[in-house]
Amino acid sequence: MAIAFAIVRMKDLLAIAMLLGIYGLLSASFFVAMDAVDVAFTEASVGAGISTLLMLLAISMTGRSEHPSRHKPLLALAVVIVTGSLLIYGTLDMPYFGSAEAPIHQHVAPRYINDSMQEVGMPNIVTSVLASYRAFDTFGEVVVIFTAGMGVLALLSVVGRPEDASKIDSFNNSMHEQHLILRIVTKMLIPFILLFAFYVQFHGDFGPGGGFQAGVIFASAIFLYTMLFGMSTARRVINRSFIEILAASGVLLYGSVGVVSLLNGKKFLDYSVLASDPVAGQHLGILLIELGVGITVASVMVIIFFNFADRRGFTQSKESKDT
Amino acid sequence: MLLGLYNYWVVVVLMMVGFYIVIAHGNLIKKIVGLSIFQTSVFIFYISMAKVDGGTAPILAEQVSQYSNPLPHVLILTAIVVGIATTALGLALVVRIKEAYGSIEEEEIQNKDNQDC
Repeated sequence: MAIAFAIVRMKDLLAIAMLLGIYGLLSASFFVAMDAVDVAFTEASVGAGISTLLMLLAISMTGRSEHPSRHKPLLALAVVIVTGSLLIYGTLDMPYFGSAEAPIHQHVAPRYINDSMQEVGMPNIVTSVLASYRAFDTFGEVVVIFTAGMGVLALLSVVGRPEDASKIDSFNNSMHEQHLILRIVTKMLIPFILLFAFYVQFHGDFGPGGGFQAGVIFASAIFLYTMLFGMSTARRVINRSFIEILAASGVLLYGSVGVVSLLNGKKFLDYSVLASDPVAGQHLGILLIELGVGITVASVMVIIFFNFADRRGFTQSKESKDT
Repeated sequence: MLLGLYNYWVVVVLMMVGFYIVIAHGNLIKKIVGLSIFQTSVFIFYISMAKVDGGTAPILAEQVSQYSNPLPHVLILTAIVVGIATTALGLALVVRIKEAYGSIEEEEIQNKDNQDC
C-alpha cells in the first residue's frame, strides 16, 4: 500500500516502473499467504517480471519524466473519497474475512473440492477447474490473449526491415561486448529456465503450475536472450512468421480438442471421449489444452516484446536520420 | 467485530489510489500504471474472499480436510495473464500516440488537436 502511495507522488516514470515491479512481487507473496499458490506463481512471473519489462520498454520510447501539472486534483480527490466511502459502506454487509460460512464457499466449491478427484483425478483442484470444469471460460481467455497479441502486432509492427539494419546490428554488437559476465551467466541459465518452464507445464496437474505460468516463464527466457544478444540474433533463432503461426496453432489446438469431443457425440470440451476410461480421457484432454494455452501465451508474449523492441529500433534509427 | 472486514478496506483503499491516478494525472503511462493498480486490487479482493480460516492451498492431499476455495484462484489466474496482454495493448497505443503527437500528456495532445481544426 505504501508503494501505491509512492507511485502517486513520483514524477519519474522509470522509478514508477521499478516500484510497480516491487508491488507485483509483494502481491505475489500476499497471494501465497492467502493459499493461492497458482495465482502467486503467475503474479510473480507476470507482475514482477514481464510487466516491468514492458513498462520500461514503453518508457524508453516515450520519455521518462511526467509533466507536473494535474487537472483539478481537489475535484478528483473529492470524487475518490466519496466513491471510496460508499464502497466501504457497502462492505459492512460482507461476510467476515476467512469465515467458512460465506456464500462464496457454499455454491459450487464443495463439489470441486470433494468430487474432482473421482471425476478428473488430479490433485491440483485449480488445474482441474481451470482446464476441465471451466474449460470454456479458459478458451475465451486464451482467445482474448491471442487477440491482444494481434492488436499489438497491428499497432506496432514495422513493415519490412528498417533499411539501415546493418547500423542496428553494429549498435547491438558494440553494446554486448561490454556485458561479458552477464552473457556467460545467461547462457548457462537459459537451459535451466526453459527446463523449469517445461516442468511447470507438465507438472501442473500435481503441483502449482500450468500452461499460463509455463508460457510466461518460457517467454521470459527468450526475453533474456534477446536483451543480451540483440534483436537480430534472436530473430535468427525465432522467425517472425514462425512465432505468429505458433500463437494461432495454440488456440487452434485448444479449439480442436473441443471439436473432437463434439464430433464424438459429447458436449464441447468434454474430454471423456478421448480415451476409453473417462479419467484417462480427462488427463489427456487437460494435457492437450494446457499445451495449447502454454504455446499461445508464450508466443503472444514474445510477439508483444519483439514488436516493442523492433519499434524502438525503428524510431531510434528514424530520429538519428532526422538529426 | 468490524475489524473482520479489514481485507475489503485494504482493497477499497488500493482501488481508490488507482482510480485517483487515472483521473488526476495527465500522463498516459501513469494512467496505465493506475489502471494496473486498480486491477490488482480486484485480484486481491477475489483471493481474500477465497481464503478460509484453517484452510490450505487447494491441492488435494491426505491428512488435510479444509481447503481454500479454488474457484476464485482460477478466475484470477487467467485474469492476470489477460491483464498483462491488455496492458501491453494499452502501452502499444501510447507508443503510437507519442509517434503521432510527439507527447503523451493529455493536455498537450488536446491543444494540438484544437490547433489542427
